[in-house]
Amino acid sequence: MDSTKLSRQLAREEFLARAGELKGLRKMIRHQLTNEGCEHAFVERMVLAITEACMNIIQHGYGTENTGSFWVEILSDGDELTFLLTDSAPKIDIATLQSRALDDIRPGGLGVYFIKELMDRVEYLENEEGSNVLQMTKRMA
Amino acid sequence: MEFTTTSKGNCSIIALIGEIDLQTSPPAREQMLDALKKKYHLMVDMSAVEYIDSSGIASLVEGFQFAKTHNLTFGLVNISQATRQVLELARLDRIFLLFESLDEGLAAIKE
Repeated sequence: MDSTKLSRQLAREEFLARAGELKGLRKMIRHQLTNEGCEHAFVERMVLAITEACMNIIQHGYGTENTGSFWVEILSDGDELTFLLTDSAPKIDIATLQSRALDDIRPGGLGVYFIKELMDRVEYLENEEGSNVLQMTKRMA
Repeated sequence: MEFTTTSKGNCSIIALIGEIDLQTSPPAREQMLDALKKKYHLMVDMSAVEYIDSSGIASLVEGFQFAKTHNLTFGLVNISQATRQVLELARLDRIFLLFESLDEGLAAIKE
């Protein structure tokens, strides 16, 4: 995100770390990005990338605990979108989430590849409270 | 997500409907593997799939690999635009057997 531009918060919503929350998450993203004027195909690519990132929080962050939650925040400066996913799950060793080679045809291992392929920048951060923050940015189409 | 299952000869036809995600892919996977374990060839109708993520793709890959190991045909028919985009992203459109129609898929089954 261009630091000289003022960004607007389009949404900030908390979701339980459960697979059943993902449908509502996608509905929220579609609504916000469509309202922002993004075209359908672009919206669906963002929906996929964000859902994959949230799946990693649910499956690899909280795992079988199934008791946590995470926040999804969407910011826009008019040119670029920033998606912030914040959770308090135990830290994940990012190396364990590496995507598989595409010619290694087997179930799984595509989530991180989708995120990196669909976003312009992906950064794993930590906020002042020590929570995990995944920051993904994408220039608007 | 919903699905319907029909059969034609020795081929099972499963139509997946709606969004295939982390919550809904396990029953879809189970349905596909059940058919293949009964030694049925399998055509998966993807025309009404509105969304699919890596968990849904993983289920398809598992079915594809099971079929390949057991000399069965596993095909995807009438794939929706939403499905095509994700398959292309994963470059699996070059791996799966994709058919424009069920008839085309059924004709491709090797006995």
